Amino acid sequence: MSGLMANYALIAPEIVLVVGAMVLLMLGVFRPESDRETEIIGWLAMGVLGLAAWLVLAQSSDRQTLFEGGFVVDGFGRFMKGLTLAGSAGALLLSFDYMRETRSQKFEYPVLVLLATAGMMMMISANDLIALYLGLELQNLALYVVAAIRRDDVRSSEAGLKYFVLGALSSGMLLYGASLIYGFTGSTAFAAIAAAAKATTAATDIGLIVGLVFLLVGIAFKISAVPFHMWTPDVYEGAPTPVATFFAVAPKTAAMALLMRVTLGAFAGVGPQWQQVMSVLAIASMGLGAFAAIGQTNIKRLLAYSAIGNVGYALIGLAAGSPQGAQGVVIYMAIYVAMTLGAFACVLAMRRPSGMVEEIDELAGLAQTNLGLATVFGIVMFSLAGIPPLAGFFAKFYVFSAAVKEGLWPLAVLGVLASVVGAYYYVRIVKVMFFDEAKEKFLAVPMRAGLIMGLASLFVLLYVVWPAPLVAGADAAARTLF
Amino acid sequence: MTSTGFGLLSLITFFPLVGALAIALLNKEAKGNARWIALYTTLFTLGAAVYLWGQFDAGNAGFQFVEEMDWLGGSIRYKMGVDGISMLFVVLTAFLMPLCILASWQAIEVRVKEYMIAFLVLETLMLGVFCALDLILFYLFFEGGLIPMFLIIGVWGGARRVYASFKFFLYTLLGSVLMLLAMIAMYWHAETTDIPTLLTYKFPTDMQWWLWLAFFASFAVKLPMWPVHTWLPDAHVEAPTAGSVILAGILLKMGGYGFLRFSLAMFPLASQDFAPFVFALSVVAIVYTSLVALVQEDLKKLIAYSSVAHMGFVTMGIFSFTVQGVDGAIFQMLSHGLVSAALFLCVGVVYDRMHTREIVAYGGLVNRMPLYAATFMVFTLANVGLPGTSGFIGEFLTLVGAFRANTWVAFLATSGIILSAAYALYLYRRMIYGALEKSSLRNITDMNYRELLVFAPLLLLVIFFGFYPAPLLDVTAVSVKKLVSGYEAAVQAAAAASVR
Repeated sequence: MSGLMANYALIAPEIVLVVGAMVLLMLGVFRPESDRETEIIGWLAMGVLGLAAWLVLAQSSDRQTLFEGGFVVDGFGRFMKGLTLAGSAGALLLSFDYMRETRSQKFEYPVLVLLATAGMMMMISANDLIALYLGLELQNLALYVVAAIRRDDVRSSEAGLKYFVLGALSSGMLLYGASLIYGFTGSTAFAAIAAAAKATTAATDIGLIVGLVFLLVGIAFKISAVPFHMWTPDVYEGAPTPVATFFAVAPKTAAMALLMRVTLGAFAGVGPQWQQVMSVLAIASMGLGAFAAIGQTNIKRLLAYSAIGNVGYALIGLAAGSPQGAQGVVIYMAIYVAMTLGAFACVLAMRRPSGMVEEIDELAGLAQTNLGLATVFGIVMFSLAGIPPLAGFFAKFYVFSAAVKEGLWPLAVLGVLASVVGAYYYVRIVKVMFFDEAKEKFLAVPMRAGLIMGLASLFVLLYVVWPAPLVAGADAAARTLF
Repeated sequence: MTSTGFGLLSLITFFPLVGALAIALLNKEAKGNARWIALYTTLFTLGAAVYLWGQFDAGNAGFQFVEEMDWLGGSIRYKMGVDGISMLFVVLTAFLMPLCILASWQAIEVRVKEYMIAFLVLETLMLGVFCALDLILFYLFFEGGLIPMFLIIGVWGGARRVYASFKFFLYTLLGSVLMLLAMIAMYWHAETTDIPTLLTYKFPTDMQWWLWLAFFASFAVKLPMWPVHTWLPDAHVEAPTAGSVILAGILLKMGGYGFLRFSLAMFPLASQDFAPFVFALSVVAIVYTSLVALVQEDLKKLIAYSSVAHMGFVTMGIFSFTVQGVDGAIFQMLSHGLVSAALFLCVGVVYDRMHTREIVAYGGLVNRMPLYAATFMVFTLANVGLPGTSGFIGEFLTLVGAFRANTWVAFLATSGIILSAAYALYLYRRMIYGALEKSSLRNITDMNYRELLVFAPLLLLVIFFGFYPAPLLDVTAVSVKKLVSGYEAAVQAAAAASVR
């Protein structure tokens, strides 16, 4: 009996999220809908996320499994779940002001965020193909709706539909890959797959590899790695900005964690096979992210291409396939989440009396009208460009370091060259803000966006002073995968 | 290695940041206060740097004032220290900064607070470059300097500032990222990023080649060497006066410092193999860019090209692998730091009055500005390398060093001195001599006290070190000897190994 209780303690964060989501849903449905009510539900959702985060961090970092090995709790999962929850909470916090101003408050939004986050937690802990799919679909279904949350807005609906169609396609591919893997290994459990992958022979090899590739395609869609990135710019642009923020941080972190667990865990035996795939995805993502962003005029589309490029850099660490590489990816994602939240908070502060603006030109001369906002935006942009001593430099440093250690020179050299190209468009934003003639003033920065901006820019600036906690945490997290 | 518990180097390096923070907290309209805080901060830093120089033990070839702390984990640590090679660059940086602040006193009227903050942040990063004793820490400072300099050129620059700032930023970034990869490769190979340890570490010859090339990509752009110098004239022309002073005075020196600290000391075999290549580029730089300088219409562009030519002497001296050559290269860098800074300040003086840098817009200035004419003359002659000015010592020593390494290189480089006399004196004649014909110049005024205050220390030092270079050469001597003998030992060991 006590054993059963102990098991349920391991999934306490997930239970809290799901139960919290359902309670809030009931609350939203049966209480008269008013803006005030909706905001309270939002704050309660924040509380649920906080409680889940507290439970996650209270877990031990030893590897424990339950549901016959289908669900794993370990140091890696703990770190990535904490990060995902932080990303969800940050994105949710940013949504309050936006929703109020655009008169689009909906109690469904925080509920859907909670459900999607629950799915992400499942993905991070998945240790079985079925668990993986369950988590992924729970996340996806919530995200499809979230993307189209402004149902009266054409662009938002378009974004939701586009994401749904392409997402369904990728889920199909993932399932197809999963069925092939099951067919050739005889199991859906990662442990059994790992054993089979280690003992691959010519007979099982091709089926397993084809299955693996389909599986990777499905996940690559979620992290928007090139060539499965097509939805990203449209969804970022079409979805309301806080929703795009959520898309940019939480699902990416969870899907990256899932990808790491699948490749480094279940398919460690066929490392060279998927490392090739990762290298190609990394090079394509970095290249496209760098070049395609140059021509963008919309800041959200630019950030979408930036996200694509960032995924490419993170994948370098995975392509290295080493503990250093895994550590690099974990650090990369943590810094990426902070930078992305900061960048989107700045985008949310681009408000005129006439409404939100999203064109890069609207930022012109921001340093003269609102120096604080311009400084934060500038810091985040330089950090995304990977200029030291900002945090973004260290993110890139760890993954390049891992790649060099494994002798992946083409990847490392192409990576740094892409980062120079990428620096051009990030720095162009700084140029627009600092060098150009001032335009009409923005409204004052919303308080919550200001809070996120402050936290993000402090993190980006001060990481260099005190990097030890994140490095050590990421190191411990990555170690549990090997 | 003497180690002190007191973090004097960290204090010097990071004190400007404190000043920057203080300015950031000021009221938005407090232009005057921002200027004074910046001036006091830089003066304090200068005082501390001079104190450091006083405490520096010139007889010790190792690193002094070493500080060490855990930082990035693994063997990447926060480590600072100076030796004879870096010591004087710290002083030079600290010395030029207050002059820059003074030179910007009236020239910068918009966004003064941000301007001063950018300069103070830049000072921290530049000082850090010369003090860092860890590869990654060095890279951090080296690369971080791009951000404030980019803003200084882009916000307070001239008409084509956007083009110039992007060119500066992307050129130097492209050079540096390859160096970063090389540093990582060194880290995994030697399992340390500690510079003193790496100085004695022997990398395999073929690896040295690649590492040397990667570092070369970065330093050649920064120095800059022909043919990757094209960002410099643009950056100089568009930058505000103080920005040009810092670019020419200190940022360029990071390239030369890098060659000494990394290329020569850590990859001696590759340096030996690539020396003819560097010599060729140096000679082209000296002769070709001097010729280019002759035909410039823009004052700042002319001085920028002359900088490239002078940096040619530096690379030539470094890669002569002789004590004289290396000593001369360091001296040349320090002297050029004073002279080119002064020349850009001279341009600033007339630019502030006339708002043009076209040479043809001037002429006969001696009639209205005798003090200016005299000052400009001293620095013009120092730029030419006239004996009795600091410019002579550096050029002479590098030529002596190059002569021992390769007579033809020395011969061709010497012809560059003649060309430098041609363009410098030609410029002086066109600007200063003759009758005052331009009506626009009728009411031009001579230098005021603030400007004289800026030039006085430069003037004194350029002449003082021209006659008595020992204070500088004494500081560098022991470290340079150690560097050159280390190089010779490595080359001889490799030669002996290949004979066997």
